[in-house]
Amino acid sequence: MHELSLTQAVVDAVEERLGDARISCVRLEIGKLSGVVADSVRFCFDLVVEGTTLAGARLEIDEPSGAARCRDCAEEFTVDDPIVLCPACDGANVAVLSGQDMLIKSVEVSPACVPPAAAR
Amino acid sequence: MCATCGCSVSPGPPAHDHAHGHGHTVTLEQKVLARNDELAARNRSWLTQRGIRAVNMMSSPGSGKTTLLERTIRDLAGETDMAVVEGDQETSFDADRIDATGCSVVQVNTGAGCHLDAEMLAGALRALDPRPRSVVFIENVGNLVCPALFDLGETSRAVVMSVTEGADKPLKYPYMFRIADIVVLNKMDLLPYLDFPVDRFRHYLDRVRPGATVLEVSATKGDGMSGWYSWLLDAVDGER
Repeated sequence: MHELSLTQAVVDAVEERLGDARISCVRLEIGKLSGVVADSVRFCFDLVVEGTTLAGARLEIDEPSGAARCRDCAEEFTVDDPIVLCPACDGANVAVLSGQDMLIKSVEVSPACVPPAAAR
Repeated sequence: MCATCGCSVSPGPPAHDHAHGHGHTVTLEQKVLARNDELAARNRSWLTQRGIRAVNMMSSPGSGKTTLLERTIRDLAGETDMAVVEGDQETSFDADRIDATGCSVVQVNTGAGCHLDAEMLAGALRALDPRPRSVVFIENVGNLVCPALFDLGETSRAVVMSVTEGADKPLKYPYMFRIADIVVLNKMDLLPYLDFPVDRFRHYLDRVRPGATVLEVSATKGDGMSGWYSWLLDAVDGER
């Protein structure tokens, strides 16, 4: 269940970058070769954000395919499966080019409401 | 009422103008593991500056990592200085076993955690203070999933697998086997009593980690250990 510590790392990173700002939405990118299960992150998110500036925030996750290149036949291809085999020569000698990372893409900030003086 | 934040200010025309930025997007483009990776890089540079080989040992629970270390420590005493970081959810049983060999050891309990991370290793290295040009064994939490994702800053990675497990493990846990610099196949003395097709295991491993070095050993009987020792003492450190 490494998703729990990864989700905690998301919250820590957002709080570190955005300080006290209230967050209404967090957008993550979880590559299909990252070894991270998006559904587990969703499950952990609501638990981990409790009592933080991210409480109640919406979580949006994009799961891009990976890209790889065969070192034997130079074929370039997209990959969704962690067992990466070349579709052209069936070789396993491949270099994974992308899809292995978990990124915080952006957050939506809704700072504490400060009504204009006239409305107070 | 403001529909975005629920405050009591009515948005007046022409624009919702009270002082807060609705839907204000901040781009971060930040790796979630950035902090761990940064600490890992710091560990790695600290280790390489001192010529210390730090081997991250990963496997399922019960593959024989601690037994492998006990024998290694006994056999290589006098050849090199060694120290051990033991990672387990709970207890100091493994550290006690290593301590009984006379080797320096630090136990890290991860509690709810399923893996060691770079910060834990940094703390353990501070406590151990290993000598320059020594070997540090990092016995990770027995788990073929999570430890594969967390760079500790080790200088090489050994995956230990035993013949009492399924030969298809490399395909079931591809992340772990893909990052192995070396695979130690343990409990070979039990092979006659088991149905473990070594060739098929090697074939499956080749599908996720082509060209991986496999050492067939028995840590309890001592068979095949010389290959492990020469790798430890001579091998070029792996690249992540």
